[in-house]
Amino acid sequence: MSRLPILNVSRRGFLGGAGALVLAVSLPVPAMAMEDQPFGADAMPNGWRDDPELFVSIGEDGIVTVTVHRSEMGQGVRTSIAMIIADELGAEWEQVRVAQAPGDEPRFGNQDTDGSRSIRHFFMPMRRAGAAARTMLEQAAANEWGVPVEEVRTDVHVVRHEGSGQSMGFGELAALAAALEVPDRDGVRLKDPSEFRYIGTGVGLIDNQDITTGNTTFGIDVRMDGMLYAVIARPPVYGGRVASLDDSAALEIPGVERVVQIDPPEIPSAFAPLGGVAVIARNTWAAMQGRQALQIEWEDGPNAGYDSEAFRQELETAARGEGKLVRNQGDAMQALADAATRVEAEYYIPHLAQAPMEPPAAVARVADGRCEVWGCVQAPQVTRLRLAERLGLEYEDVTVNVTLLGGGFGRKSKPDFVLEAAILSEAMGGQPVKVTWTREDDLHHSYFHTVSVERLEAGLDEEGRPVAWLHRTAAPTIGSIFAPAAEKLPFELGMGLTNMPLDIPNVRAENPQAQAHTRIGWYRSVSNIPHAFAIQSFIAELAEAAGRDPKDYLLDVIGPPRLINPVELGDVWNYGENPENYPIDTGRMRRVIEAAADGIGWGREMPAGSGLGIAAHYSFVSYVAVACEVQVEDGGVRIPRVDIAIDCGPQVNPDRVRSQMEGAVIMGIGQALTSEITFAEGRVVQENFYDYIIARMEDAPREINVHLVLPEGAENFDMPLGGVGEPGLPPVVPAITNAVFAATGTRIRRLPIADQLRT
Amino acid sequence: MEITLNINNEPVTVDVDPETPLLWVLRDSVGLTGTKFGCGISQCGACTVHIDGQAARSCDTRASEAVGRQITTIEGLSPDSSHPVQQAWKELSVAQCGYCQSGQIMQAAALLERSPRPTDSEIDSAMYGNLCRCGTYLQIRAAIHRAADIGQA
Repeated sequence: MSRLPILNVSRRGFLGGAGALVLAVSLPVPAMAMEDQPFGADAMPNGWRDDPELFVSIGEDGIVTVTVHRSEMGQGVRTSIAMIIADELGAEWEQVRVAQAPGDEPRFGNQDTDGSRSIRHFFMPMRRAGAAARTMLEQAAANEWGVPVEEVRTDVHVVRHEGSGQSMGFGELAALAAALEVPDRDGVRLKDPSEFRYIGTGVGLIDNQDITTGNTTFGIDVRMDGMLYAVIARPPVYGGRVASLDDSAALEIPGVERVVQIDPPEIPSAFAPLGGVAVIARNTWAAMQGRQALQIEWEDGPNAGYDSEAFRQELETAARGEGKLVRNQGDAMQALADAATRVEAEYYIPHLAQAPMEPPAAVARVADGRCEVWGCVQAPQVTRLRLAERLGLEYEDVTVNVTLLGGGFGRKSKPDFVLEAAILSEAMGGQPVKVTWTREDDLHHSYFHTVSVERLEAGLDEEGRPVAWLHRTAAPTIGSIFAPAAEKLPFELGMGLTNMPLDIPNVRAENPQAQAHTRIGWYRSVSNIPHAFAIQSFIAELAEAAGRDPKDYLLDVIGPPRLINPVELGDVWNYGENPENYPIDTGRMRRVIEAAADGIGWGREMPAGSGLGIAAHYSFVSYVAVACEVQVEDGGVRIPRVDIAIDCGPQVNPDRVRSQMEGAVIMGIGQALTSEITFAEGRVVQENFYDYIIARMEDAPREINVHLVLPEGAENFDMPLGGVGEPGLPPVVPAITNAVFAATGTRIRRLPIADQLRT
Repeated sequence: MEITLNINNEPVTVDVDPETPLLWVLRDSVGLTGTKFGCGISQCGACTVHIDGQAARSCDTRASEAVGRQITTIEGLSPDSSHPVQQAWKELSVAQCGYCQSGQIMQAAALLERSPRPTDSEIDSAMYGNLCRCGTYLQIRAAIHRAADIGQA
């Protein structure tokens, strides 16, 4: 894969120049080691593997089974990885099946299915695995026919020798090929992209048949002989514990077998279960009834006072004062003071719950010094390590089977619910136990998306162009689940703040402190959500102040096409990717903005109460712009049409890129209009889908047009890949609120919109 | 106590508290896990089955209420997964994670039974109660139209 040339970026940028700033915000990597710093898949725990024996098996019936080591949660990874291997192998798609790898990173390479990384990191290793398997089939055929391997070639699911007209199917060759040595990585010929049959074109979902017949197994669907069913009453306040328990009524419920207490963890609790009281029964319903009959008094602990309204004010106060300097170009404070016009605004983004349709659920059997679990986990290796640690078992004695995930969105990166099942199976003497979280459990005990106040100030020159930019972000950090922490981590800052690429000479970013009072976690797109909402809203506010068209103004503040090294801006993380291969390309950003704007017919006359809005954001090394049309009537917002454009570099599975963009639009609509988790007296206020409101069918636009923008080099796969699962989401919400402003003149600075437009 | 239910055209006898929601009888007692749990209170539609041909939320239907009635789950929607809705869902690859799709498919099949050519507005109101967190709503709409075509071909 060729490297992109870097313009206007010097080596000095890595080692000096902005070096002091780099050190101030970097992870503990010595600056001198930057030259040797691993990037991409090389930088992930346990890296990557490309051994065909791990990922490809071929039966004598010709059926090709691809082992997928990444978790399927709706992004289509089981299909996309199978496509990559099938293509390089030369397999007929109808003959391809997938098997799910258990959690075992030393064997399979990294399995953390997050960060929009699966295809970005494993496209090349999976190609090599497929190509190596093809090479072995060809060698086996050549040996059989006594001809040089150069004279044989793979057709679809068959190897042929042109000279003699002989051919053998994959099934016939399987055993012969399996007896051969795996060829050297360097001796394997990868296909020219022009030879691809599946990659870049797409095939149906490999799980279509099972999904449409109910034949799938999600974590919640696992069944075992003698299995018991558990639901758990957890402390309603983070850090709380049982003060007193009366379980006599619960034990009277028919079907209830036992009541077991789980010790509360020290907080911050990382991935440990929250503790509480488990009711174990012969079916889920009896367990639920039993839980309802428990009489528990809780000792709430240090977070009993957590209140969302009070905390919002606390964050506002923090954001109005100085915070840790995390980025500094020029002299923003002086330029603000000197500016012709000064604009400021504060934006509030509430906690959100991932709320996957399948709530957390897992089955465990802990017996005879071994633990085996089945669960809907995004991070099977982390799950395995934590199980071994909690149960005091050897790593080898723990097996983690990965089921399908009924949505993940970051929630299922944390294995607390799997640990619960294991603890209960152990308590039940090794009987298998399934733990099911109810929807209420899921909303009360998520690892919530952080809550934040983003304060922006800008100074404009006489022409209305920004010459100074100050951004303060005050939000509890994900780091707070691991150790006491009140400041954002470099990766959180690198999600749109320290790598903000606008063409403004004086930029300052600060991070005032914010304490966490609940578990903060990854939620699809993570800190990009508040950063993009604030920045893209504020640009539109500046356009208004300057009397300019929002789209033209957005393009102007992005500036001319150029390649920017994010390290020079102050972002040493860059989604873990090498900034040489992955600079921020403002030309690509401009093109997605034009594509979305052209798509929706930007500038057309809109009827009263309707408006168009636009926003764009770079995240997970991809570029996305969203243009949307809203109608506001009686304070209610309808979104008839959205145009979303993505440039994620080369596309392996364009159909799933399209579906991820559609899904991002729908998720963003819920966030913009209705979704909010609030706390009162330390407890989550919302209970179920009637008050944690996500988008329904009637909220879905009649039209979502997805524009797949291919940059130069993408068609030949001659450039690095970008992420797809997450980058669609961040620009959706500001595009909607910008459209609401166009329709009504009301600027939404607090999410969700809820009833803010009702009079 | 023992009750007998007619599930996918077969009598099935189970020993349960008759107040148990049909959802848990199907999933835990009978082992038909295609019907999903999403909310437990008729808010999400993941548990949708047909009772006497009508879409019903099995989380909100007592087992006792289902006695003597025809219960159809996703596993029994068609003998060979050839129902027009199943065909359309596969043709368009509607699903993302797939979890809610059993309920979506059962709801859509019931809609087409009473309205073979639904408009977008009819689809919106019929499918209102079926949540999809992945956001497949546009594909669901398109697939219902496609299923209508297949059904009338």
